[in-house]
Amino acid sequence: MNLFSIAVRNLLYRKLPTALTILSMALGVALVVVVLTISGVVEKTFERTSNVGYNLIVGAKGSSIQLTFNTVFFLSRPVENVKYSYYMEYLPGNGRQQEIARIGGVVDEPERDGKYSKYMRGGFAIPLCMGDYVGPFRCVGTTPDYFNELRHGEDLPYAFTQGRNFVDYSDEHGYFEAVIGSQVAAEMKLGIGSEIFASHGAAGGVAHDEAFHVVGILAPTGTPNDRGAFVNIEGFFLLAGHVAPDRDEQSGIEKPGTAVAPERESVLSKVRLPIEKREVTAILIKPSGMNAIQLERQVNKTLFAQAVSPISEINGLLGFFVKPIKWALLALTSMVCVVSAISILVSIYNSMSERKRDIAVMRALGASRDHITYIILIESILIALIGGGIGWVAGHAVGPIANPWTELATGVRIHFLDIQSWQEGLIIPGLIVIGILAGLIPSMSAYRTPVAQSL
Amino acid sequence: MLEIVDLKKSYVDPDGNRISIIDMPRLCISEGEQVVLRGESGGGKTTLLHLISGIVGADSGSIKLDGMELTKFSETGRDRIRAAKMGYVFQTFNLLPAFTALENVKLGMTFARKKMNLERAKELIERVGLSDRMHYLPSQMSVGQQQRVAVARALANKPRLLLADEPTANVDPSNQDRIIELIQEVCREDNVAILMVTHSDEISSRFRRVERLELLNRPKAAP
Repeated sequence: MNLFSIAVRNLLYRKLPTALTILSMALGVALVVVVLTISGVVEKTFERTSNVGYNLIVGAKGSSIQLTFNTVFFLSRPVENVKYSYYMEYLPGNGRQQEIARIGGVVDEPERDGKYSKYMRGGFAIPLCMGDYVGPFRCVGTTPDYFNELRHGEDLPYAFTQGRNFVDYSDEHGYFEAVIGSQVAAEMKLGIGSEIFASHGAAGGVAHDEAFHVVGILAPTGTPNDRGAFVNIEGFFLLAGHVAPDRDEQSGIEKPGTAVAPERESVLSKVRLPIEKREVTAILIKPSGMNAIQLERQVNKTLFAQAVSPISEINGLLGFFVKPIKWALLALTSMVCVVSAISILVSIYNSMSERKRDIAVMRALGASRDHITYIILIESILIALIGGGIGWVAGHAVGPIANPWTELATGVRIHFLDIQSWQEGLIIPGLIVIGILAGLIPSMSAYRTPVAQSL
Repeated sequence: MLEIVDLKKSYVDPDGNRISIIDMPRLCISEGEQVVLRGESGGGKTTLLHLISGIVGADSGSIKLDGMELTKFSETGRDRIRAAKMGYVFQTFNLLPAFTALENVKLGMTFARKKMNLERAKELIERVGLSDRMHYLPSQMSVGQQQRVAVARALANKPRLLLADEPTANVDPSNQDRIIELIQEVCREDNVAILMVTHSDEISSRFRRVERLELLNRPKAAP
């Protein structure tokens, strides 16, 4: 028999108060673990999303957060469009000339390289057209490069659970192929060969007549792309209302009757919308080497376009909103732990009066004041640790239980032993400190128990 | 074995007066000697046992156990000596309610900083006739059985001196004899000296040496 087993027996003897105190500590620690897990998942989701495989988003002048939200998270409304010819300025090498040759149309100085092509060596520029919906999900017009060049998560290429990436033109569907995210497929019950119709302007808006054929379903990525319907930009441009009108150069006012798509015999026609009639919502840019900052600076000097770094915007968002909320929640849940610590203190302290005689007997049997102090401290530390252990297990069990929802919403799968945050490492030493603090007053009371009067 | 010389202890009463409770010129107990101490209620018998055991400190004087001057030790030192060299049987049984009979006996060994001797604990329980109650909690035992466990616990560390403070005061008459017999017998076998406080003439008659506190003590109002 030692001090530890004496403390254990004392706790077992007072089963109900001990169990209730353990429960309150377990609740406090479980809440802390759940908050850490949730905030860890949120941060992980942001990190996964910010690791997009490009450095800059270029779009029309306006709110940088709106541009980021709209482009990366498919939230908020798109900012204004920029001309397709402006997108072509970013194409590396002689990409601009090749694009003019491929698409055709009226372009100034067709023979020169893009203005920003010198920053783009080895990089890429991917256009995005947004503003339409497929059911409740965002419809994104883009090029096949979106899935060929971009990465997600920890530098992972996009994979397809079914089918393939769409192509620029196919003999089967012309320019009207689409790839859909895993959630779009699941919720709208779509598969390979399904037809989807983009609706103009907003979810539930008027649907375009032309259908896109689903040729690929993305494997879940845990990014907003799971909730996107990606259509070939060439087909997107050909939809009614997607043709940019001619504008007065001075005032910028639309010239009536100029937003007209070219004549096409059938959906398989190879006729494309000419460059001057095209606009894009955003351009995803990966410049060569360390040119991102320089390019961002250059673009932001212009009057009509802006370049934003999505990682900076997302980190800013994390720093300004997510982390303070996490700390606020942690502070609240830590208060629960403090309340639990006080309940340990009250429980043990209340037992002191009925244990005075026991303490005096132990003293008479030769226990020193230190022995008694240690026994009380061991009791409070044990309550804190057992309660904390149960709370830790319960807190971690929430993750796997909630996996069907969190995985669908964020793509993050939480395993039982996943430690989402370094702050969890503080729980055990924190519990020991709480146990000692909670046991301090009762142990002082035990220390001072007058033996002769209590026998 | 135990030698008390000029031992003094006084208290301050609620009115602020200092009251002398023990003023004992001399008391000696030899090795293995069994002594009964009698006296008036409130006369200081329990205080004397507390002084000898070191539970309270003396104002002055000397208490020697096996030649060791106990009054020179700090409280922790006295705790250690009490655990190692003395056994204590209380008026009320004072078994710890959370522990079984066997564990209560082992508890006596825990604080003595000696190696736990489970065999001795079991043997003591057997000697007090409770081998079938070893794993019973105090609440599951009769009053007499509890006091027998208390005797076993007091002897767990092979003490040199057993202090017993009216050990049968709460025991029914049929059990009184058995318990006193048990204490005397076990102490005789182990050569443990006894200093037992009692009011009972019957118990006193079982001891060869009976001391009256009034004759040993000469308390007076302290200056």
